[in-house]
Amino acid sequence: MMSDIAIQATNLGKRYQLGALGTNYRTLRDTIVDTFTLTTQALLRTGERTKTRAEANHFWALRGLSFDVKKGQVLGVVGRNGAGKSTLLKILSRVTEPTEGQAEIHGRVGSLLEVGTGFHPELTGRENIFLNGAILGMKRAEIAAKFDEIVAFSEVEKFIDTPVKRYSSGMYLRLAFAVAAHLEPEILVVDEVLAVGDAEFQRKCMGKMSDVAQQGRTVLFVSHNMSAILRLTQETMVLDKGQLLMRAPTQEAVDFYLSSGYSRQGERVWEADEIPMSAAPFKPIAIRVRDLRGRVVETVRSTEPFQVEFEYQLAQPLTGLRVGLYFVSPRGEPIFTSFDTDEPSQYEQHSARKAGHYFSRCSVPANLFNEGRLVLGVNASSFKIKRYFQDEQALVFSVDGTGAPGSQWAEPRQGPIRPALDWKIEVHS
Amino acid sequence: MSEETTLIRASSGWVALNLKDLWKYRELVYFLIWRDIKVRYKQAALGVAWAIIQPILTMLVFSTVFGKFGKLPTDNSVPYPLFTLAALLPWTLFANALQRSGTSLVGSANLITKIYFPRLIIPISSVMAGLVDFSISILILIGTMIYFKVPFTWNMLWIIPFTLLTLVTALAVGLWSSALNVRYRDVQQMIPFLVQVWMFASPVAYSAQLITDRKWQIIYGLNPLAGIIQGFRWSLLGGTPPGELMLLSSAVMLVLFIGGLYYFKRMEKTFADTV
Repeated sequence: MMSDIAIQATNLGKRYQLGALGTNYRTLRDTIVDTFTLTTQALLRTGERTKTRAEANHFWALRGLSFDVKKGQVLGVVGRNGAGKSTLLKILSRVTEPTEGQAEIHGRVGSLLEVGTGFHPELTGRENIFLNGAILGMKRAEIAAKFDEIVAFSEVEKFIDTPVKRYSSGMYLRLAFAVAAHLEPEILVVDEVLAVGDAEFQRKCMGKMSDVAQQGRTVLFVSHNMSAILRLTQETMVLDKGQLLMRAPTQEAVDFYLSSGYSRQGERVWEADEIPMSAAPFKPIAIRVRDLRGRVVETVRSTEPFQVEFEYQLAQPLTGLRVGLYFVSPRGEPIFTSFDTDEPSQYEQHSARKAGHYFSRCSVPANLFNEGRLVLGVNASSFKIKRYFQDEQALVFSVDGTGAPGSQWAEPRQGPIRPALDWKIEVHS
Repeated sequence: MSEETTLIRASSGWVALNLKDLWKYRELVYFLIWRDIKVRYKQAALGVAWAIIQPILTMLVFSTVFGKFGKLPTDNSVPYPLFTLAALLPWTLFANALQRSGTSLVGSANLITKIYFPRLIIPISSVMAGLVDFSISILILIGTMIYFKVPFTWNMLWIIPFTLLTLVTALAVGLWSSALNVRYRDVQQMIPFLVQVWMFASPVAYSAQLITDRKWQIIYGLNPLAGIIQGFRWSLLGGTPPGELMLLSSAVMLVLFIGGLYYFKRMEKTFADTV
């Protein structure tokens, strides 16, 4: 029987053990000690007590999630860090099992959870294409048939017999994506592949993605890139804390997502479960928008300077740390990026930072932004060494354009910025 | 158009083996073995020559220490080098498989946490990867047999079922150790020690016929390798067939294998979360 449903999820839930997140594996001693403690507790007290302790030790990354995806539908999934997006994709691609509920999947699932999985640095490009294809579930004949196409797409023809450890990261990525993109499953599950690579590569990936969508295949697309979500999907689900907040036509869902949740009065405070383990020793605390008088505000006036304040802690000293802001339009187009140590003298003074409590404050001059909404992203990283923390949608705030240059004409001005520029008008008569 | 339907839900208790799925991914076994071998010899100056050097050197060392100095008796009075080489063949296949499969799941963590495929493929392919070295060792054995003028007989074909038994035994132990190692990293510390002890408990350097006490024979037979190795010797060099010993060894192996499969399948669903 053919149904027109590709994915039907009912009451999906996934519970993780909290201890298992910090230390990924246990030693025999841990188990012996735990078993002993639990048994003693059970003997000394009632079983009830032991159970509550066990309950407190885990959390639900996903709970009570029900939805369906029609065949040929391209469904977007958005949500903050820790909303359960990745867990959902992992369940659907059968990497991990749900704790409760079920999902019925009609058709072969291909996942782009991370491109290049299973690539071996010692093997050549050619060898890796076959290996990676097999890992992704392709038959040997299938790979051989698509081999030329994959190589052409990746643009690494010349180096196809070179070990991939000699590839540049761009070449590596292109080859990896090329293999994954030629998988041709009936259902494609994509997570953030577009966040990597240069602009040209991203354009190519987007092209491939819309091809897939237009061929009538089902796509589940998770991204932080709102413009990609808007371009590729008709419908989008918003997840928060493991639950489905809303499912609506994409424009509506994205508006809801951007304007809810984060922008509580111009301040965003990160809760413990929103900070990934990998962020340590960096711990984000809050980001705030402050007006001329230092008040935390949701709306700033375009004619006045304002300040963006990023508060964080370092549990250990860090060298080369830079903390920065992305100013992005609501459609996901970057406007500009700025780091706290962009200025060479600042860099000299603050490239090594002691453990402690920090504020990085950025002053934004008056007459810079156009009226409208702005998305602020944050990034804390050591250049080319490690990205400690990143949140592309940390905060959303509004710019009020009253009195902005040209506001004597009641017409909208295009573009995200609206600078006051110096005009000279000369008359030659 | 035929369409596959997958039901994703929490599995419990005895999980079906899902052999269909395993069969669907059979090519992956081939590619993983191929990758292991390619990578193993890729940056070694002597390359594949290592597969020849190792068994020959081991045979020489054993012959000198146990045969020449120790003067250990052999079955059927065959020359000691041949006697130990016939045992080293299954033993090396087993020991390598055990060493590789123990860390196989943890070593493939990046695959396991990102892509679905039957997890059994990982220990299976790391056990099978030893077959290439094994085939090379067979050639060395044939050469040694010609050197010592040992006649070739049809009886030698018995090594095929004995090789299969070696693989199954290695897989049985590999299933246990790889799955346990995901949870308890103690296992990978234990494996080298286990291999060492296991070798002394197996008739590699000496003959199982040295054990004459009935009670000890039974205890000895609990080691599945004891039966297999004696079986190898018997099929290649003649002597008494390892009937009783083999029966006991096979039974132990079967229990170990079925238990290993069960444990592996039960732990399988948590691999991605704990590895």
